[in-house]
Amino acid sequence: MLGYVIRRVLATIPVMVIVAAFVFLMLRLSPGDPASVIAGDYATAEDIARIREQLGLNEPILVQFTKWIAGLAQGDLGTSIFTNLPVTTLIAQRIEPTIMLTLTTIIFTVLVAVPLGTIAAWKAGSWIDRAVMVFSVAGFSVPVFVLGYILIYVISIQLQWLPVQGYRSMFEHGVGPFLRHIIMPTVTLSVIFIALIARMTRASVMEVLQEDYVRTARAKGQSEMKVLLSHALRNAAVPIVTVIGIGIALLIGGVVVTESVYNIPGLGRLVLDAVLARDYPIIQGLILFFSFIYILINLVIDLSYTLFDPRIRY
Amino acid sequence: MLSWTKRKFLTAAAVAIPLALGSFGAIGEAAAEKVLRVIPHADLKNLDPIWTTAYISRNHGYLIYDTLFAMDENFKPQPQMVDTWTKSDDGLTWTFKLRDGLKWHDGPDVTAEDCIASLQRWGKRDGMGQALFEVIESLTAPDAKTIVMKLSQPYGLVLESIGKISSNVPFMMPKRMAETDPFKQIEEHIGSGPFMFSKKDWVPGSKVVYLKNPNYVPRSEPPSAAAGGKVAKVDRVEWTYFPDQTTAMNALISGEVDYFESPANDLMPILSANQDITVEINDPLGNIGFARFNHLLPPFDNAKVRRAAIMAMKQEDYLAGAVGDQQFWKTCYSVFPCGTPLDNDVGSDVMKTGDIEKAKAALADSGYDGTPVVIMQPTDVPVLSAFSLITAEKLRKIGMKVDVQAMDWSTLTSRRAKREPVSEGGWNMFHTWWIGADVIDPMAIAFSGNPAKGWFGWPEDAELEKARTAFAAATTVEEKKELGMKVQERLWAIGASGQLGQFFTPVAYRNNVKGLIKSPVQFFWNMSVE
Repeated sequence: MLGYVIRRVLATIPVMVIVAAFVFLMLRLSPGDPASVIAGDYATAEDIARIREQLGLNEPILVQFTKWIAGLAQGDLGTSIFTNLPVTTLIAQRIEPTIMLTLTTIIFTVLVAVPLGTIAAWKAGSWIDRAVMVFSVAGFSVPVFVLGYILIYVISIQLQWLPVQGYRSMFEHGVGPFLRHIIMPTVTLSVIFIALIARMTRASVMEVLQEDYVRTARAKGQSEMKVLLSHALRNAAVPIVTVIGIGIALLIGGVVVTESVYNIPGLGRLVLDAVLARDYPIIQGLILFFSFIYILINLVIDLSYTLFDPRIRY
Repeated sequence: MLSWTKRKFLTAAAVAIPLALGSFGAIGEAAAEKVLRVIPHADLKNLDPIWTTAYISRNHGYLIYDTLFAMDENFKPQPQMVDTWTKSDDGLTWTFKLRDGLKWHDGPDVTAEDCIASLQRWGKRDGMGQALFEVIESLTAPDAKTIVMKLSQPYGLVLESIGKISSNVPFMMPKRMAETDPFKQIEEHIGSGPFMFSKKDWVPGSKVVYLKNPNYVPRSEPPSAAAGGKVAKVDRVEWTYFPDQTTAMNALISGEVDYFESPANDLMPILSANQDITVEINDPLGNIGFARFNHLLPPFDNAKVRRAAIMAMKQEDYLAGAVGDQQFWKTCYSVFPCGTPLDNDVGSDVMKTGDIEKAKAALADSGYDGTPVVIMQPTDVPVLSAFSLITAEKLRKIGMKVDVQAMDWSTLTSRRAKREPVSEGGWNMFHTWWIGADVIDPMAIAFSGNPAKGWFGWPEDAELEKARTAFAAATTVEEKKELGMKVQERLWAIGASGQLGQFFTPVAYRNNVKGLIKSPVQFFWNMSVE
């Protein structure tokens, strides 16, 4: 097991290098450059050229890439062209809201979706099953921003229960302000994942419920609850955990719409702003960071399989 | 019984949940100090208002830095950090005395040496600064409070330059900061203005905090645009950037913020209908729409083609299509914003035409050979995107071939710097706007007729440049007006750009906010929250 983990961690190095090279080249080859954004509307072409030179953007791409990689090797993701702050500082400033939103979303999603999917499978063909499926289709179909605006209008503007926007750190402001600000984004973001995981759970549990060992368990007189929890759900867990894991990875990099609608200063918005301004070091640093998180989460998912299925060994 | 219980439960939950969350929310959020919570027009990405021309950095600069002179509401420079000043009879020696009580945020007094270093750094980046420094022979500080500026020739824009209201504003910084390479960003943010920057609270892309400077000594005059007394009436100004306009509007309606600097025009009906919110135009000059031609490439290397295209442009169509509600726009055929001292009508008949048939005839007469026109359309800037499509339609109607190329604004700003042919990444047209304060006189780079130093599009006209140079040297109001008209006449004669009218972005704020200063630039002194 330890050898497997070490091999997997080592395997991330070439993946990261390929990602780094790809991202670097893609950015340099795409139109637009930060110098013209910095120079603004008053600039002459000469001003832009001077700024490009100052930023080192006139150097050959290979030289720029080598410098960046050398920095990376020392743990330096670079410095933002616009804010003049280290990319690591910017990530550190933004990571908490994104991680907390991801965690609350996943917790809420699992708490709602797994029971819903299990019940739907258990009562397959009943009105409960149909209701879950209708919710599932609706959850997939409603865009996040539409749901967000509806919740804001009803909960914040009309009922005035919760704030419209912003984020309050649990560690800095306490649990109350944190919850008040995170509830609506969490619900908004969860709906699509609840839909996805509920469907996945339903399909997996339904498949397992057809297995001989489930029939045997029932024949032995075990309660339906025990059959569902100990036999069906546990054996259906591997695909469910896989989808949940992918969901976490997708959320960390993909919460940009929710962050914008609720004005949460997270990583999604950081990357979007950086792309619009062509702030190369931030884009490069964040994509590498997201890639690393993705790889890490996949590793954790793979390792977690051993908890649910003792037959799996590494 | 069951339904009663359910109803009771729901009612209890409806009351208890918000109460519980509300009481939690009170912890640590109570604030005794007076805070002005602002949604700025953009994210403050950069803190050096000399390194960048971004308006948001300029507004940041006005909060924490001060200026030697400042423009009042009549567009006249008035002393700000300067107490008294004199000009020698030959107009070559200017002496400025700093007023008492000026201190940097970290304690030391502001000195003449600091101001000289600040002017020098600004003079290397700003267009008006560069022009001024071309005639400055020496800048010296005979004592800690006196600046002596010696010129090589009389210059009519000394005070207008060092008191210019918009980017790059000659903000005063401590000498150690001002000695930074002007093409590198400053590392510290110490000014002598009415507010202090709180670096620890800065979250780029989200939040900026300014604290009242307790040691600031404002002038005694009432505020007038950038001039007059800068009295900080709140303890703290908080900027929270909202990337989403609808969320920003909802935050204002719910009272989570006090002031929305630049709401989109399509939100106006909702904001105006809210009794707790005031919507008004705070910038009397607004923005001036521009359709810019590339004078280097065919077909717009031909003045007759440019003028034919301008004749097709009807300002009302652009403003109604891109801005909408007529209370937020007006036609303006002066190249200098209507309502400013140089506003005039000379040569503007070509822009007033707005007639497709006449434009078609003019195009037929121009020798246009069917060369396609590449219009860069920035789809992420709605007003400019609409301007681009309207122009494309008009040019097609008069018989031009048009290729509208969609891109984001960043790509456009990069591509417009290319002088190469279209086949090598060049372009023929783009649209933009200038804030009125930036095109108030002929020295604006938008009006340059020198392709070597000029703005994108690179018109070339010796007469235009001669008039601009003469304007810079003119010392009387009459001379300046006359030369302003000459510049305008040349701009229309060569069809430098199409001018698409004047439009305004109102501000929206909660009714408890008082003390807004009417100005082309957003200022935060004198504003209070009651």
